[in-house]
Amino acid sequence: MDFTIVAYAIPFLLTGAKTTLLISVFGVGLGLPFGILLALARTSPNRLVCKAADAYCSVFRGTPMLVQIFVIYYGLGQVGFLRSNPVIWWLIGDGLHAAILAVLLNTGAYTAEIFRTAFLSLPRGLVEAAEACGMSPWIILRRIKFPLALRQALPSYSSEVAIIVKESSLASTIAVLEITGWAKRLMSETFAIMDIFIITSVFYLTLNVVGLTALKLLERQLWFERRPTRRKAASPCPS
Amino acid sequence: MFETLWSLIVEQGWGLALLRGALVTICIGLVGMVIGLIAAVPFAIARWQRIPVLSQMVDVYSIVVRGVPGLLVIYLLFFGSVDWVQKVAVVFGYRDIAETAYPSIIGILAIATISCAYSIEVMRGALETVPKGLLEAAKSLALPPSVAFLRITLPLALRLALGGINNVWQMTIKDTSLVSIVGMQELMRMAAIAAGITRSPLLFYCIAASLFFAMTAVSQTLFGLAERHTNRGFSGG
Repeated sequence: MDFTIVAYAIPFLLTGAKTTLLISVFGVGLGLPFGILLALARTSPNRLVCKAADAYCSVFRGTPMLVQIFVIYYGLGQVGFLRSNPVIWWLIGDGLHAAILAVLLNTGAYTAEIFRTAFLSLPRGLVEAAEACGMSPWIILRRIKFPLALRQALPSYSSEVAIIVKESSLASTIAVLEITGWAKRLMSETFAIMDIFIITSVFYLTLNVVGLTALKLLERQLWFERRPTRRKAASPCPS
Repeated sequence: MFETLWSLIVEQGWGLALLRGALVTICIGLVGMVIGLIAAVPFAIARWQRIPVLSQMVDVYSIVVRGVPGLLVIYLLFFGSVDWVQKVAVVFGYRDIAETAYPSIIGILAIATISCAYSIEVMRGALETVPKGLLEAAKSLALPPSVAFLRITLPLALRLALGGINNVWQMTIKDTSLVSIVGMQELMRMAAIAAGITRSPLLFYCIAASLFFAMTAVSQTLFGLAERHTNRGFSGG
C-alpha cells in the first residue's frame, strides 16, 4: 500500500465523512420519530389511516432508494406548483436537502415496519391493565407501549442505522460529495483503486462500529432486570 | 395530457424500451442471485464447520461487503478491472466482445458479490439451527457424511433459510439499480435516458418505480407460496 496516496486521500474522505454523518444523523433523528408515527398509524383502528400508511410503507420498501432519490431530485422539480412553493423548493432544489429527504422518507418506511411488529408483540394484558387504571391513550403510549416497544425494536433498529449510513452513499449520484462520491473521484484521479477502496471501507466500518456500539450501550441501559429491592418503589398508577 | 403520454410511451417507443430494461434487470438480478447463492454454500459450510483460515477469510469478506455501500463495491469491481480486462481481451483478440459485454459481466459479478455476502450469513444461521440430534442419528445409522448433508442437513436448512433468502432477493433486485451508474442498460438506465431525452423525469422515474414495485410484489407472492410449500407437515397442516 502506498502511503502517499493514503495521506492524500484521507483529508478528502474526511470532508466526505462529514456529509455522510450529516445525512445519517438527520436520517436517524427525523426518520425515527417519523417511522414511529407511521407505525402508530399502521396499528391504528382507523381503517383509512391504516391503509394509507400501509401503502406508503410498501411503496417505499418495494422500490430502490435510487429511484426514490431521482424522483425527488429530478422528478418533483418538474411540477410547477412545487417549484413555486419556496419551502418545498428549499427541500428538493438542493442536492443535500433532497438526499436527506430521500433517506428520511425511505428509512421511515423500514422503521415503521420494525416498530409495528414491536407494538404488535406487546402483551395485551399490560395495555388492558393501563386502561383499567384510567390512563389516557397518550399516557398509555408514553409510559407503557413506547418504552416496551423501544426495547423490542432496538436490536432491529440498530441494523437499520447501519443501512442508513450505507444508503447515504446514494447521495453521490445527485452530485453530493460524501464518502463514496469522494472515493469515486479519488479512484479516477489516482488509479489506486484497491488502496482507496480499503481506506474508504475503513471509514464506513468505523462509522458503523461507532453507531452500533452506541446503540448497544443504549440497549444495555434499557435492559429490564427484575431487581427485588427496587420492586417496592414502582407505583402502578400515575397519581 | 393523455395525448402527450400516449406519444411519449407508445409512439416514441419508450414504453417498450423500459420494459426491455426491466427484463434485463430481472435477468441480472436472477443470475447474480443464483451465482451468489451457489458460491455462498461452500463459504457458509466453511463458517459453520469453523475451518481455521478459510472461516476467518470468509468472515472478513462478508463483514466488509455488508458494511460498505453497494455502490462502492461496484466502483471497486468496475474501475479495478477495466485495465486488466482490456489487456486480456487484446491478447486473446476478443476486443469487440469485451467492450460490449464487459459492463454486463461486471454488473452481474458485482451483484453476485454483494448478494453472496448476505447469503452466507443467512445460510450459516440456517445451518446452525439444524438440530444436532438429527445429525447424530444419521451418524449412528452409518450414513456417509455426504449423504447425511445432502439428505438431512441441506433440506432442513433450506426451509429455514427461505425467509432470509427472500430478504436477500428483495435487496438484490433493488441493488441492480445501482449497476446503472456504471452504464449498464437496465431499467434504471433506460429511465434515465428517457428522462434526459424527453425532459420528463417525473413520468419516467415513476414508471421505473412502479415496474420495480411490480417485480418485488410478484416475487413476494411467489416466495409466500414457496414458504407455504416447504412448511407442509411442519405447522399442524
